[in-house]
Amino acid sequence: MSVLPYLVAGWLFLLGCYGMVTSRNLVHTVACLTVTQSATYVLLLTVGFRAGASAPVFGDVPVGTRVVDPVVQALTLTDIVVSATVTAVLLALTIQIHKRHGTVNPDELRALRN
Amino acid sequence: MMLVIVLALGLVALTGAVVVLTRDPAQQAVTLSVFGLTLTILFVTVQAPDVALSQLAIGTAVVPLMIMLTIRKVGGRR
Amino acid sequence: MSRRARVVLFALVAPVFSVLFVLAARGLPSFGSDFHPYGDRAVTVATVQRASANVVSSVNFDQRAVDTLGEEFILFGSVIGTVVLLRPSPEEREIGHPEEGRVLPTTRLAGYLLLPVSVLVGCYVIAHGQLSPGGGFQGGVVLATGWHLLYVAGRYAALRRAVPQTVLEVIESLAVAAFVALGVAGLGLGGGFLANMLPTGSLGALLSGGTVPVINAAIGVAVAAAVVLLLAAFLEQTIILRRADHQDPP
Repeated sequence: MSVLPYLVAGWLFLLGCYGMVTSRNLVHTVACLTVTQSATYVLLLTVGFRAGASAPVFGDVPVGTRVVDPVVQALTLTDIVVSATVTAVLLALTIQIHKRHGTVNPDELRALRN
Repeated sequence: MMLVIVLALGLVALTGAVVVLTRDPAQQAVTLSVFGLTLTILFVTVQAPDVALSQLAIGTAVVPLMIMLTIRKVGGRR
Repeated sequence: MSRRARVVLFALVAPVFSVLFVLAARGLPSFGSDFHPYGDRAVTVATVQRASANVVSSVNFDQRAVDTLGEEFILFGSVIGTVVLLRPSPEEREIGHPEEGRVLPTTRLAGYLLLPVSVLVGCYVIAHGQLSPGGGFQGGVVLATGWHLLYVAGRYAALRRAVPQTVLEVIESLAVAAFVALGVAGLGLGGGFLANMLPTGSLGALLSGGTVPVINAAIGVAVAAAVVLLLAAFLEQTIILRRADHQDPP
């Protein structure tokens, strides 16, 4: 139990890599990249968790209650935005590749180069 | 409390596998949206509402929308 | 690298990675442990010294504002990259009358009713970033998706005419420049770059936290404009442009 969340993060990472390796469509590859990136969110947030503590917002709880680690949450926020932007650029690249070569299958694209 | 977290982790692991094993990109946009939703639930159970809000907005609305538009342009499964 | 080589490489590396990862995970503090020194200090600084109730916002926009500035520039750069990659190529032309599906009157009504609600919720989330979960990024994305309700409820051409692309680009650039200007102002007033120099109110008031609400507003506007630009680039390619000899996919 004490390492289960970290193992789930590792599982997601390997799953995403497997999807990227065996993909036949570049759009599918980009979606698997999203799964891989979500492994980092899970790892960061579960590292920062503190049993029995509440969210790091003091709007309605008195100052001094135990809260979970807010620094890793800030890191994860940045991570989510960056991954969305990377996905956007990759999808734009996919559209351009389709326009130039007529296919989005990575194996066919490799054949075109030879 | 721990049980809820374990359930959420199980859901995330399961949905992640479904996303990767869905080969048709048009269907994958929908499964990716559901995956974003399970991630949001997990983030709420580990006491991270800010991150959950961000993940909900971006991972469930913006990214699947971009994928669907790309599929429309690129022509789907080949 | 050929497909076979990729799969073989993955099959070799994945078990090694798994073993190393499990060993590393066992070395981490156990899940739910109480040892978070940096987190405790961040909470103390945010609540006691800077009067910002939402500690995550305080870390993002006050204590580690330089990282947020870098992230903002990543967003800015990726919008530039996407818009450039998706610009119309010479052989594409705009189709004269973009085909509009029939929109049900109920959908149109729901869209028009939900638009002011979404804009209000987005502005609320941005403005209360220092008090409750939320802030610039989340509110900015809510604003952008609310904006696209106009597309669901009506015609994309009307959406494009309402706010042309150059206006959005100018808005986004001005918001990012405002963030940098706030940082330089911190320098000018004697602190470091992006120092928190406005008076911090009392914990829980709307105008607390010093520069946090101001940066929140700048980031909210910049992120909303950026997401609208990103989606507009994709929508342009999909809805408006056609190659001169293109046949529509069935």
